Amino acid sequence: MRPTIAKHNSLAARKARTGWLYLMPTILILLLVTVYPLGRTIYLSFFEAGLRFPLKLEFVGLMNYINLFSDPVWWRSVLNTVIFTATSVALETVLGLIIALLVHTNFRGRGLVRTAMLVPWAIPGVVAAQLWRWMLNDVYGVINDLLMKLQLISRPYAWLAEGMLIMVAVVLADVWKTAPFMALILLAGLQAIPKELYEAARVDGATPAQQFWRITLPLLRPVLLVALIFRTLDALRVFDMIYVMAGTQIATISMSIYGRQQLLEFADIGYGSAVSTAIFLIIAIYTAVYIATLKVEVR
Amino acid sequence: MNLLYRALLYAGVGLILVYLLFPFYWAIISSLKTPTELFKTPIDYYPPNFRWQNYVEVFQAQPFGRYLLNSAVVAGTTTLLSLLIGSFAAYALGRFQFRGRSVVYYATLAVTMFPQISLLSGMFILLRTLGLYNNLLGLVLAYMVFSLPFTVWLLTSFVRDIPWELEEAAYVDGASPTQTLFRVMLPLMAPGMVTAGLLTFIHAWNEFLFALTFTIDDKARTVPVAIATFSGVSSFELPWHLIMAASVIVTIPLLVLVLIFQQRIVAGLTAGAVKG
Repeated sequence: MRPTIAKHNSLAARKARTGWLYLMPTILILLLVTVYPLGRTIYLSFFEAGLRFPLKLEFVGLMNYINLFSDPVWWRSVLNTVIFTATSVALETVLGLIIALLVHTNFRGRGLVRTAMLVPWAIPGVVAAQLWRWMLNDVYGVINDLLMKLQLISRPYAWLAEGMLIMVAVVLADVWKTAPFMALILLAGLQAIPKELYEAARVDGATPAQQFWRITLPLLRPVLLVALIFRTLDALRVFDMIYVMAGTQIATISMSIYGRQQLLEFADIGYGSAVSTAIFLIIAIYTAVYIATLKVEVR
Repeated sequence: MNLLYRALLYAGVGLILVYLLFPFYWAIISSLKTPTELFKTPIDYYPPNFRWQNYVEVFQAQPFGRYLLNSAVVAGTTTLLSLLIGSFAAYALGRFQFRGRSVVYYATLAVTMFPQISLLSGMFILLRTLGLYNNLLGLVLAYMVFSLPFTVWLLTSFVRDIPWELEEAAYVDGASPTQTLFRVMLPLMAPGMVTAGLLTFIHAWNEFLFALTFTIDDKARTVPVAIATFSGVSSFELPWHLIMAASVIVTIPLLVLVLIFQQRIVAGLTAGAVKG
């Protein structure tokens, strides 16, 4: 027996060695491009430094954080990000669910719709932003023209100039870009629900509405939850859509836009790093909470 | 009742198709109009003349060809590098049993949650230090932040689904782990690699924040940055015909990929959500 065990052990040891060897490039690269920059960002947040190289650092303790907490623009960017995230994620979930339910039924041309769903997803965020910016143009934009023709509005709106409307505009654009992604994921979830359940329900005389509330929604819940969480994480980091459509305007400035503005436009690397660190903490807390929630759900 | 139901269904489907596709239709229409036709009311829903000249002008007004090349090089290199490095890691994480494996796996997953903005100043300094600021290779390095963990994660889930038997046979025949990886596993991982490669390529091709921050001129500027910073004669009159032409050009390769590899892309996108 002995030689076999020895041989087995040596194979296991060899596999462990090979395993680490295979992981090494990935570990080294990730240390270099994520752990180091993150550590550097956190470190810099305790210093006063301009964007001139070589960096001249002056230790200021928590000064940057104190300034951050008393800057109304920062708090506005947090509020904007929360409003943007809540409205766009809610809308795209509802719209995504409607699209998914529709595509899940049997009809001719289903394949076409499924392909069409990938179009907004595949379009680069910057392109989607420019496209919506053009469509929402106050004088020559097609959206105003269409809404007027349908008599939904009585005068053209200046979507990208009037405070509240700018937020509506960026949410509209974001919902168009991401609702199809939501629909794809929910569709996959719908397809995993056993058909027998619906047959049994029909035999028992359940109406379509009852089937939806009693079967579809409860069984879709885990997928819905994961999709919601991922979209929320994404929306909290929003940069492209708002930056291209509205720049750094106060009405829609997001946390990421505020951070980059401090860092590059105002060339304040210490303060900018404090902003970055604060955003990291906010998202880390959100992630920790959701992992805990998911664990409860899965159990 | 049944007829009414079908009618409502098709009306709904039609509405959704218009919603999904109209904006892209509008980009194409706008890219074929003259500036005069763009800035006039009432709006034409179909171009009076097809002005293909716009597509030539995009390349003349600025080095758009160079931007396209930059984007292709960055996205292509990012994808190939992630697949190469990621497939080794995925094989180790998906197959080998050793201490510390799950720590590495979850750490890799955690990295995908990092907000890009939190790495911005550190990455800026890293690239300056390495002399890779305003450099395509620097962008590739920065893109490893999202492409590598994603590739590792997706390929690991593929490796776990591959049956043990073939590999077992190779080991019994005395093959080393590396020989097994190359001769047995990589061919079996090919579909997963196509999916991971496609999603990584699309993500890198579309990326904006890093590209905007870590490039300064034409040498390394990518298409999304060029499209976002298009400027006209005056800031009030943007050259929308050119912006739209550029937008259509940069989107076409993606649409071709989507049409050809639709199944693979959907499989990759839904892998995480449905498996949990």
